Amino acid sequence: MTDMSYLDGNMLDGPLRELFAVDLSSATGRCDSCGTLGPVAGLHVFSHAPGLVGRCPACSEVMLRLVRAPDRAWLDLRGTTFLQVPMPLDQPHPRPL
Amino acid sequence: MAAPTTDRVAGPLTWRVARLVERRTETPTAQTLVLEVPGWPGHVAGQHVDVRLTAPDGYQAARSYSLAGPPDGDRIALTVQKVPDGEVSPYLIDVYGAGDPVEVRGPVGGWFVWRTEETAPVLLVAGGSGVVPLMAMIRARRDAGSRVPFRLIYSVRTPADVIYADELRRRARDDQGLDVAYVYTREAPEGWRGEPHRVGLADVNTHGWPADLEPLCYVCGPTGFVETVADLLVGLGHQTRRVKTERFGPTG
Repeated sequence: MTDMSYLDGNMLDGPLRELFAVDLSSATGRCDSCGTLGPVAGLHVFSHAPGLVGRCPACSEVMLRLVRAPDRAWLDLRGTTFLQVPMPLDQPHPRPL
Repeated sequence: MAAPTTDRVAGPLTWRVARLVERRTETPTAQTLVLEVPGWPGHVAGQHVDVRLTAPDGYQAARSYSLAGPPDGDRIALTVQKVPDGEVSPYLIDVYGAGDPVEVRGPVGGWFVWRTEETAPVLLVAGGSGVVPLMAMIRARRDAGSRVPFRLIYSVRTPADVIYADELRRRARDDQGLDVAYVYTREAPEGWRGEPHRVGLADVNTHGWPADLEPLCYVCGPTGFVETVADLLVGLGHQTRRVKTERFGPTG
């Protein structure tokens, strides 16, 4: 291990929550390159590039890029086959009023 | 205690103005800041907030800090480790004063969290200030009256670097089912068995849980530390998905 300069996907929570109503750190992503499934929180995030680059922890291919400008954001997910997002049940627990 | 209601779907994330109400010195380089955040929605142990500073010329810098304890109404606690050449932490430690405003947004994060309804044994492994979100879990366990067995392995350079030293000593004595073990990397206290060393297989094996018990493992610290410990845990047979990690870099 020579390059320790990355962080993990947890640090994407805030930046991604600017775009999405749900927390994506516990979402499961599939790497388009190697097929590995894992939580967004487990991505290796390189933050010294322009923007944030999230790489697959297994094969190091780029799964996600997020670039923020003052008045817009670019989100590139082409390295991600899908994101599976846990959602709360519509009616979590029936309970007395 | 405010129950966390919806930490996954909580609507848009907005910056709120927070003010400093209390400051506690934890170590020579770490302080706990208690902030009052009107309208704070509550949070789960392990979540964090982004803190944003704005200079008079409009320049902004934001950093992520773990929440150090369960919510207390509109009050949240952050423990900040000073990064000497950092932009945000030296301000928060040395300049930021009582009543001063700072912007926060959160809580964020739904992965590296421990919910008080969990029943699996828990292993916490902290490197340096990585103890902060893990302490939030220990405090949440106590507040909820949970009897889930917890073990904390805490790696520090020297005894003086132990954050929450007094409270950990007290809780290890009073909170049933909480064990705390220390690993010293540079200087050990008198009477500590062994020589200073970096956390290794023997530490994780001795002070952790067997993989058969299927514990939840939370590892937080600098990237290299987290890599080492996560690899050791997986090597000991723990399932990858039960080893949750949070790395932090020297971005202070």
